[in-house]
Amino acid sequence: MLPAEFAALEPYGDWILETERERYEKRLASSMEEMQAFYDAAFPLLESASKHLDAFTVGELPEPERNLLLLMFSLVMVSFPIEVWKQARVPDSGAAYLDLLVEPRV
Amino acid sequence: MPHFSKPAAGSWTEHYPELGTRPVDYTDSIDPACYAAEQTAIFKKTWLNVGRVEQLPKTGSYFTKELAVADTSLVLVRGKDKRIRAFHNLCRHRGNKLVWNDYPGEEVKGTCRQFTCKYHAWRYDLEGNLTFVQQEKEFFDLDKADFGLKSVRCEVWEGFIFVNLDPDAAPLSQYLGELGKGLEGYPFHEMTEVFTYKAEVGSNWKLFIDAFAEFYHAPVLHQKQATKEEAEKLLGYGFEALHYDIRSPHSMISSWGGMSPPKDPSMVKPIERVLRSGLFGPWDRPDIEGLDPLPPGVNPAGHRAWGVDSFHFFPNFMLLIWAPGWYLTYHYWPTAVDRHIFEANLYFVPAKTARERLAHELAAVTFKEYALQDANTLEATQTMLKSRAVTEFPLNDQEILLRHLHKVAGDYVKEHADAAG
Repeated sequence: MLPAEFAALEPYGDWILETERERYEKRLASSMEEMQAFYDAAFPLLESASKHLDAFTVGELPEPERNLLLLMFSLVMVSFPIEVWKQARVPDSGAAYLDLLVEPRV
Repeated sequence: MPHFSKPAAGSWTEHYPELGTRPVDYTDSIDPACYAAEQTAIFKKTWLNVGRVEQLPKTGSYFTKELAVADTSLVLVRGKDKRIRAFHNLCRHRGNKLVWNDYPGEEVKGTCRQFTCKYHAWRYDLEGNLTFVQQEKEFFDLDKADFGLKSVRCEVWEGFIFVNLDPDAAPLSQYLGELGKGLEGYPFHEMTEVFTYKAEVGSNWKLFIDAFAEFYHAPVLHQKQATKEEAEKLLGYGFEALHYDIRSPHSMISSWGGMSPPKDPSMVKPIERVLRSGLFGPWDRPDIEGLDPLPPGVNPAGHRAWGVDSFHFFPNFMLLIWAPGWYLTYHYWPTAVDRHIFEANLYFVPAKTARERLAHELAAVTFKEYALQDANTLEATQTMLKSRAVTEFPLNDQEILLRHLHKVAGDYVKEHADAAG
């Protein structure tokens, strides 16, 4: 599913999601422990993943590389709960929502 | 102790004496009669931005725009002559809505050769001419030339498509005035990678503009977003703008923005350090023409610490230009006195590498974290304003644009009422 040198992230394959809506929903549906485990595995590989992906054009990624990029989008999605909020939801956001209707596809 | 200089009058607000310094009456945000007057006096009279030319890339490209505030729906389309036109989204036969899919209230977009009404198959070309009438001979003296789509004023400025429901309105460029002119030449057309957000918000449209027209709230409402030491430092400083400019009915605020890139990387979150991006956008400027030098209207104070300019084009369009070379738009489309649809669009130079794309993703995700906090305060404000327990509120000098917005909205309503006698 992922490029060979990122095999350590295969257990987190369920974070490979196409859209921000799916990533945001998974964030809200996950426990802090689940997100922490994913973050702890993926964050140390973010720089090497970026370096690896730099060899490709962003619109023409082979499937494993594309999966890696989508996985790193999920890392970005969980970074606020892990690094800042200590909870999945944005504090003080109540019932407010904001849907991402159009996003640049990769 | 002020960090940035103010005008000789002593304050930004007093620099514009017509604004006064008294507390501001917020009845205009809760009174249904006031909202009804705004619909007629403002939204049916002023230039409204409904999108960008990139949304209509070729002949036959179209999108619809629901304008509940002006009691209509529009269809925007690029014709065979490449011109963009706007029409009321209404079939001339018996008034059926012309362009929609399953749900008449939902906006749609696409590409077509012509528009065909679902009801009786009347057809219109891309320039709005009626070209086909089902069983035409059954009608009485019907001349198709008299039944083209009802057009709406439509003009383009720097790639932004505006409409105006008032056939007698002054041209768009005149309406946008000096603030618009100062932005001309900015490379908006290079920034075509877009993130589009939408939400329905339970507040008057002006309250959300208020929320984004001042940064006085930022060190307080968003303090949990920064690292602890940084949050305390920001709270201690408070907020002061670099510059304000009011060219009624429009206005702008110019702000510092030390986070892009930060002086001290330990001030920001770990993921920001790796991806070199955050709330103020990617730290590295895209390699395009037009960012250096910037048009004269951007960073008008010429300040080294400049981070973002936020322009408010009356009534409901905000345009934010960020120092690292990207821009953001906000639109507030009223649906009732206490409801509106909020739209935000983030525009970047298209990412060539995954690293650039990840930097955009982090900026977009961060934007949403902040906007959710901003949006959520509004419903609470609306509810309490509605109590009318208090109707007048003191606005400080860093809230000058709010004072201006409520004054201008009131002036439009008053002028319209006076003209109607």
